[in-house]
Amino acid sequence: MTIYLNKDSKIIVQGITGGMGSKHTDLMLQADADIVGGVNARKAGTTVELNGKTLPVFGTVEEAMKETGANVSVAFVPPAFTKAACIEAIDAEIPLLVVITEGVPVQDTAEVFAYLDGKKTRMIGPNCPGIISPGESLAGITPHTIAGKGPIGLVSKSGTLTYQMMYELRDFGFTTAIGIGGDPIIGTTHIDALEAFENDPETKAIVMIGEIGGDAEERAAAYIKENVTKPVVGYVAGFTAPEGKTMGHAGAIVSGSSGTAQAKKEALEAAGVKVGKTPSETAELMREIMKGL
Amino acid sequence: MDLMEYQAKELFAKHGVATTLGKVVETAEDAKAAAEQIGGVTVVKAQVKAGGRGKAGGVKLAKTADEAYEYASNILGMEIKGLTVNRVLVTPATPPVEEYYFSFLLDRANRSHLCIASVEGGVEIEEVAKTNPDAVKKIPVDALEGVTPEKAAAIVDEAKFPAALRDQAIEMVQKLWKVYVEEDATLVEVNPLARLEGDKLEALDGKVSLDDNASEVRHPDHEQFEIREEANPLEAKAKDFGLNYVKLDGSVGICGNGAGLVMSTLDVVAYAGENHGGVKPANFLDIGGGANAQVMANSLDVILNDPQVKSVFVNVFGGITACDEVANGIKGALEILGDKATKPLVVRLDGNNVEQGRAILDELNHPLVTQVDTMDGAADKAAELANI
Repeated sequence: MTIYLNKDSKIIVQGITGGMGSKHTDLMLQADADIVGGVNARKAGTTVELNGKTLPVFGTVEEAMKETGANVSVAFVPPAFTKAACIEAIDAEIPLLVVITEGVPVQDTAEVFAYLDGKKTRMIGPNCPGIISPGESLAGITPHTIAGKGPIGLVSKSGTLTYQMMYELRDFGFTTAIGIGGDPIIGTTHIDALEAFENDPETKAIVMIGEIGGDAEERAAAYIKENVTKPVVGYVAGFTAPEGKTMGHAGAIVSGSSGTAQAKKEALEAAGVKVGKTPSETAELMREIMKGL
Repeated sequence: MDLMEYQAKELFAKHGVATTLGKVVETAEDAKAAAEQIGGVTVVKAQVKAGGRGKAGGVKLAKTADEAYEYASNILGMEIKGLTVNRVLVTPATPPVEEYYFSFLLDRANRSHLCIASVEGGVEIEEVAKTNPDAVKKIPVDALEGVTPEKAAAIVDEAKFPAALRDQAIEMVQKLWKVYVEEDATLVEVNPLARLEGDKLEALDGKVSLDDNASEVRHPDHEQFEIREEANPLEAKAKDFGLNYVKLDGSVGICGNGAGLVMSTLDVVAYAGENHGGVKPANFLDIGGGANAQVMANSLDVILNDPQVKSVFVNVFGGITACDEVANGIKGALEILGDKATKPLVVRLDGNNVEQGRAILDELNHPLVTQVDTMDGAADKAAELANI
């Protein structure tokens, strides 16, 4: 099995008519994702042609779900409109909402997260590469050619590190790889993904990638210690990052002693997680674990 | 973006928070004139984006205008936590009867907002939090409901503000929430929040951090808070290009796509450097997702203008970014630079359109460009070339 996304997932794209939306819908179709339509209130009733497929454009998420049976939405809307797009999808009770958009004001995300409380939607992102279950489906921008299906589950804050790690472990393959995003507030956390991988019988081992800033990795470590029985290998980016400098992701800033890569590594190791110093070393640690399984 | 005290106070004043603006000056002469104009005892405060200004000697009480001149001339040019003081704020000295602590901030762990308040406040709030944690109240704020008058009253009562100040405090809490929400801040901190003579509540100091994403989307006026001369010239140039660049101290220039991969690249280069004379990364540069050839050329322009750089490592794993665009950017940058390009480039491309990208560089066959297939191998090569 996979987590959150599989071959039966029917996907719509919010912002399908935009540059990013159409380009990546095309790529998702190439990855055999079952894209069933898109949403753009101003272009409702039209169609778009992508990868040899004619896709209907609906006025609302609700209408798109009703007409197509969609259960996943991928949002490629500009940051100023992301909050409204999320609220619309949540109101329509879409089971999975993947928000790719980078640069969303954090107070907007805080509102969306509060709005999610008690609702039926799981949100991944914002500012993330989305989710791929290789060989089954893709809801996001991860290149589908990096690695195939296999027994490893992967969860990462960073998009390109997700790609790098998938590449390093392409000889094994993945059940699902999720980029949860590097923003200070995100819908799905390391812990959520760890829980789902723990419960997925096909996932045999888990790679968790973190980076400096915040304490999400420390909390994940505490969770692993109590709840995860499968082997977990970790990697934390930013060992050599200087203190007090923001490294791109809003979350990635080291201030004082907490939030450093070293502190995260120690917390993870205390929870029995093997932590690599580089992506290739991390892959090597996973390789040893897979040999023993 | 973190604001300086005087900028934070300007935002306070804009939203009706009781504070005294004072005068921001850049010379000791102007500090004297400001002190004369204000009259009486004044405070001369260093304006830098760092805490611990008082301990570093950057805050002084001046009894006369001449003293203000003297203190300002000492403070201007002083370094506080590595930052040079280029301006001081001169305000009337208003000795507090009591000092409190108040802030709104983003609570990442709970994915919401948090209010922290303490009437045991004053300068050493971290110390109070350690020795008397019950005196520091942490009150969650719902992102959808915000701070209503009722919520503000609940905060004030929970923090146990004195009865004589209750109404003023409730009003101030609501106004500080307005600063937080309407300016899209991730931190609004008042320390000290002072009880002055005559039971007047006033923000004596202020710290505000603004959300850059929100400033970009809906606060064009926040640009006024950027102080360009304080930025490193290369960082300023990168900012003009819209690039995410941080200058570091080493000699291997780094550029890649995605913050996580670039951070990881810094680590891998630093480790590789251990075998090559201890060379280190010269910078962090994230070209972002979907970068085109022009962005790539701009990035190399910034990196190669750093005189410390001896070699450059371009590490791209294309997702949104296409490797052929990156390769064309490298090609274009080398054409523009011509004879001025003298530093070796190690390029590692993978992912989206990798074959086309590698082919473009193979065909270019430029003497300065080396392609290496793996991240570790490329880091090693770049470190080696920086150590010659």
